[in-house]
Amino acid sequence: MSALIIDIILWASVASLGFIAFRRGRPVLTASLREGSMDFINIVPRIALGVIGSGYIAAVIPQEIITGRLGPNSGWLGVLTAVIAGAATPGGPVVGFSLGAVALKAGGGAPQVIAYVIAWALFAFQRVLLWEIPFMPARFVWFRAAVSVPFPFLAAAIAMAIGKP
Amino acid sequence: MSELPLKDPAPADDAAEAEPRPGHIRKPIGWSMIVIAALVAVSATLVWRRDGIDGVLEILTHDLSLFGGILPRVLAGCLLGAFITEILPHEKVSRSLGPNSGLKGLLIGTAFGAILPGGPFTAYPVASALLTVGADFGATIAMVVSWTLIGYGRAVAWELPIMGTDFTLWRIVISLPLPVLAGAFGRFVYVRMYPKVAP
Repeated sequence: MSALIIDIILWASVASLGFIAFRRGRPVLTASLREGSMDFINIVPRIALGVIGSGYIAAVIPQEIITGRLGPNSGWLGVLTAVIAGAATPGGPVVGFSLGAVALKAGGGAPQVIAYVIAWALFAFQRVLLWEIPFMPARFVWFRAAVSVPFPFLAAAIAMAIGKP
Repeated sequence: MSELPLKDPAPADDAAEAEPRPGHIRKPIGWSMIVIAALVAVSATLVWRRDGIDGVLEILTHDLSLFGGILPRVLAGCLLGAFITEILPHEKVSRSLGPNSGLKGLLIGTAFGAILPGGPFTAYPVASALLTVGADFGATIAMVVSWTLIGYGRAVAWELPIMGTDFTLWRIVISLPLPVLAGAFGRFVYVRMYPKVAP
């Protein structure tokens, strides 16, 4: 259901931008369509490698390792573990959040789980490999990942400071 | 200043400029892809040793159907990126999202990432298009980080139902300052890593 809504919003955006391009003149529209299709053709092999390959990478990562030691008394070592675990979590949002929920239920501390979810959002290797590297200049991706490193720690610090959630 | 008189020839200029699109057309095979391919080959071998050929085929069929489902969205994302590259006035983008756009550029990037519809198949092509039309690394980092941390799509579809309302809301509140900080930090580092010759 939500997938359908996403598709509708997505293609509606494509259609409205296409219409704007058309109003600028046919050459603008045809140039964009050609560029977009060329990008698509260039990207398909990378996406293929990412989608078809990451299933195998996910299959060899044991999940117990990921949510192992995130207890409330684990402190900053727990946060560090959480950050590494977030980056190493295979699969899409279902896996990422489910493991977060498991960690929370199994007695994980809130700052550690926050750090886990944020590190997963920022660095989950499968999304970086599958989406970010194929679409963006590699130099940008590595730079973006590198400057994002402090932020899961900062988020954990904020969570500790305000005592929430 | 001379924006109005420039407006007419601008689209033609953009169209001509779009031909080579420096920095955007990338080699199909780079080091990143080689590393990924090696990683995949090793993992597939491990799966084969552990589960036999059936395990390998099971993952392959599952991922192939996933791949088929994703393709139309990837096409839509590529078209979005291409339209944005053609439509957005480059000089305006580099003024509001470029290296000298200040805090305002970071805030615009953050807001844009937060409201962007769709998944990774839209966020990354659009971010890449912004880089092409003159946004700097800082504003683009703010956009990408904002999309992953405070974008509503993933939070509503996955995080709320799985993690619960309380956790999700606090997680988002805590995340609010992060995109701007990440963008500012990115700019700070970028200027020192790639000091350019004074203009």
